[in-house]
Amino acid sequence: MIKRTSNLDKNKTINRRLFILGSAKVGLLGLITSRLYNLQISEKTKYETLSDNNRFREWKTPPKRGVITDFYNNIIADNKRVYQVYLSLDETKDFNSSIFKLKNIIGLTNDELSKIYEKKQKIKPWDSILVSENLSWEKFSKLNLYLHEIEGAKPVLSTSRYYPYSNDLVHIIGYVGEASADDITKNKKIEENFVPGLKVGKIGIENSTDQILIGNYGIKRFEVNSSGKKIREISYKKETQGENLRTTIDIEVQRLAQKLLDNKAGSICAMDIFSGEIIALASSPTYDPNKFTYGINKKDWNEIKNNKLKPLVNKSIAGLYSPGSTIKPLVALAALEYGIINPKLKVKCKGHDHPYELYGQKYHCWKKDGHGIMSLRNAIKQSCDIYFYEVARLLGVDRLSIIAKRYGLGSKVLENIFPEEKKGLVPSAKWKKQVLEQSWYLGETVITGIGQGYIQTTPLQLCFMTAQLANGGFKIKPNIIYNNNFNYDEILLKIQSEKNKPIEENVLQERNINLYEKLYKNPKNIKIVLDAMYGSTNEQFGTSFKSRHKDKKYTYAGKTGTSQVKRITEKDRELDLDTSEIEYKNRDHALFVAFAPYNKPKYAISVLVEHGGSGSKAAAPLANKLIKKIIDRDKDREINRKELKNI
Amino acid sequence: MISSTLNSLNYSFFDKLKSVDYFLILLVFLIGAVSVFSIYSTESGEFSFYTKNHLIRLVAFFLLFLALSFVRVSTWYRQAYIFYLFGLLLLLLVIFFGVSASGSKRWINLFVFNLQPSELMKIAIIVSFARYYHRIQSADIESYKYLLQPIILLLIPCYLVIKQPDLGTAILIAGSGIAIIWLAGLNIKYFIYSGLIALVSLPFLISILKPYQKSRILTFFNPERDPLGAGYQIIQSKIAIGSGGMYGKGFLKGTQSYLEFLPEKHTDFIFTLFSEEFGFLGSILLIFLYALLIFRIIKIGFSCRSFFAKLYCFGFSSALFLYVFVNIAMVVGLLPIVGAPLPIMSYGGSSMLSIMIGLSIVMSCKIYSKEIVSN
Repeated sequence: MIKRTSNLDKNKTINRRLFILGSAKVGLLGLITSRLYNLQISEKTKYETLSDNNRFREWKTPPKRGVITDFYNNIIADNKRVYQVYLSLDETKDFNSSIFKLKNIIGLTNDELSKIYEKKQKIKPWDSILVSENLSWEKFSKLNLYLHEIEGAKPVLSTSRYYPYSNDLVHIIGYVGEASADDITKNKKIEENFVPGLKVGKIGIENSTDQILIGNYGIKRFEVNSSGKKIREISYKKETQGENLRTTIDIEVQRLAQKLLDNKAGSICAMDIFSGEIIALASSPTYDPNKFTYGINKKDWNEIKNNKLKPLVNKSIAGLYSPGSTIKPLVALAALEYGIINPKLKVKCKGHDHPYELYGQKYHCWKKDGHGIMSLRNAIKQSCDIYFYEVARLLGVDRLSIIAKRYGLGSKVLENIFPEEKKGLVPSAKWKKQVLEQSWYLGETVITGIGQGYIQTTPLQLCFMTAQLANGGFKIKPNIIYNNNFNYDEILLKIQSEKNKPIEENVLQERNINLYEKLYKNPKNIKIVLDAMYGSTNEQFGTSFKSRHKDKKYTYAGKTGTSQVKRITEKDRELDLDTSEIEYKNRDHALFVAFAPYNKPKYAISVLVEHGGSGSKAAAPLANKLIKKIIDRDKDREINRKELKNI
Repeated sequence: MISSTLNSLNYSFFDKLKSVDYFLILLVFLIGAVSVFSIYSTESGEFSFYTKNHLIRLVAFFLLFLALSFVRVSTWYRQAYIFYLFGLLLLLLVIFFGVSASGSKRWINLFVFNLQPSELMKIAIIVSFARYYHRIQSADIESYKYLLQPIILLLIPCYLVIKQPDLGTAILIAGSGIAIIWLAGLNIKYFIYSGLIALVSLPFLISILKPYQKSRILTFFNPERDPLGAGYQIIQSKIAIGSGGMYGKGFLKGTQSYLEFLPEKHTDFIFTLFSEEFGFLGSILLIFLYALLIFRIIKIGFSCRSFFAKLYCFGFSSALFLYVFVNIAMVVGLLPIVGAPLPIMSYGGSSMLSIMIGLSIVMSCKIYSKEIVSN
């Protein structure tokens, strides 16, 4: 009986206890359900995003650079196929052994090896490391043969920059190299399209037009597993190629110009005098831009850097020289325009025994025996210094400065293309007061008249100056990148109509002149100067007579210049050494400016040979060959221009 | 003695078949089927190693469950302590002859498969406790003599299992035992007191935990503490479940598990995989199946005449609930990751074996519900 009640009791208890436990279970199930609701319904989006972040990984593929061509569509900066090998870290169990095997097969140097280890520190464990950027076909095929033995090695066909004309264009195009932190912060387009190993322009057009050339990177989306191994490609937004760029350069002329400067230090510029298109912009010595694409090696770099002739300097735009006698046409023009002299002004050049004297200071002509009685035309033709001392004295430096600046000296010619371009210097009394805090001396005016003293110009400025004289005195805008909206015939018409416009009163004051407007006051003065330059090249006793073209087709007019690099002492004058007898660094720079063809001018050039001696001996002969080439190419250029318009 | 023998003789084979709980079998079969598809999905839809093994075990143990169902409940009652001692013996054998894997020694090599004695202990503790309280008068329950015995019976296996180390199973064993003591009617104040003592001694308990166990518990409170280490599992599990959404990503389309972000997807995290592929609705359905199973066992318990059978059924249902709850609460981030399989669903022979044995005793209680047990 007791047992019975006890059992009843126990059953009662267990039922009550079970009920309590059951309630707790229901409560806990509710808790789990609400948790699931919370995860799967309320925060679904959050976890979906997290899941996708888990699953997908993006790889950026480098953009393809736009191609650069010359005016005739010859490719001057190309993309070529290269063979590369990557090591994919997530597929490499033993990094050291893989690298060691690679080293033996493709022959890595210790230098390269340490760079790879350096790179490895910086990248994520599922990324790939670029082991070699540019393998030869032999090594690449050898690698493919042993590929199964090297864990994680990935042979890749890629593209890289290639300059088919290697040395001939480096000063214009520049070169590319791996983007530095500086490049990335400075250029937004680079920042936006940066991928590891991206090549960007370092100097020249490659650098200044990166914006256009660079293109957009592609994105490959992969599904990956938890250890980062790619399972499959989900999507591939293909990288785009940057825009192609056409320059105004004629590769044939450029190559000739570069060849003419072989074994010399110097510059050759050639320009269309109406469109301002730069046809050639040579600078010597030069170097191979292809060496920079993968980072130049120390030996090559030292060779370039330590070369005394300074191959790294683009002498056409960053070399500063006294213009020497090439300034004389401009001095004459200024004096004529201001009505200081008339062409019939006579000055007697009596040789070194009776030099030009001013306040007791003596100024010599280059010609020992003197030129005799000179008129303006003869003085330009034979480059008489005495005559120009006198003209400059009469003119004054400030008026000369206005005209010099007007024709393109003292400011950058291309502005944005080459950051290293120099402004040069056109002195004036005001300038000297402001910068040197000294008064201007008349003696300084006198030597400025023959392009010595403070005045500093770049070869491109001299070419530009000559172009604006040769086109009849109209303002043009030099350029090196072809603009398809540019209409040549329209320009000619505009200049024609500009000619007929009345001349304003204050035309000779310092002022802004718009594109294609007149630079002169009286067109006759321009003609006088150009005619004198004709004489200089095509008549006996002209300084560049020996370099003339007899064929009418190639006839050009020019002006020589010889710029001193050091003061000529009395002793030097007595010795009267030949150029070859003087120490290289003390030899004069040889200059020459010219335009052609004389009857219907179209092109202007400037030639500079550093320490070449006299302009007539060292510079003018180069112009002879160059001008022939330019005139020969003229017809092709016109045909090509028409074709470009029709595209 | 005589009455019991007489009692048992009353059952004809037909009677036995008639009293088999077919609904229970259906539920076990359904959950078993879901488990096969889930394991199949962990192998990205390939019928290979895990799926094959799981299927073979499921079929074998399911048949074992049916066969053992016809063992008299009185036999279970009589052999309860033997079962317990057998389990204890195996746990001791583990110490000397155990197979080690990933830093813990839990298994005995049986050549066919590795047996995890702690899993058998989960059932043995329920059976032996049910027998223990079957005998005791309710008035005696609170006497120290009768109070101390079950505590010792519980502490020995728990200690051995913690030492393996296997905190999860130890907690489940302890939890099942406590549930039975509760059901047997021990005064509520003991539970409150021991709860308080446990709380006070918590710092001490934590100090004796293994470093990885400590880190798991710390990580539970802040999974972002170490997202690639200890927090990784729970973060990835939550991502998988959360991204499943209402309807799931679809069968075999769970990216988290397919792409191997999900750790231990065959075993402890099988619910995560299921939930990722079948979403909120699927998960609720699966939980509902488990709830039905538990409810069915309780119902069987009510129909039993003997206190032993009743206590066993209620106890086993509570234990089953505990297993399911701990596992799911763990993978959804409500509890620390302690390592507890989901009954039937998780890959693993011992867990499956113990559940099937447990279920067969339930079935035996049903078939022999009129039987009065005694020794």
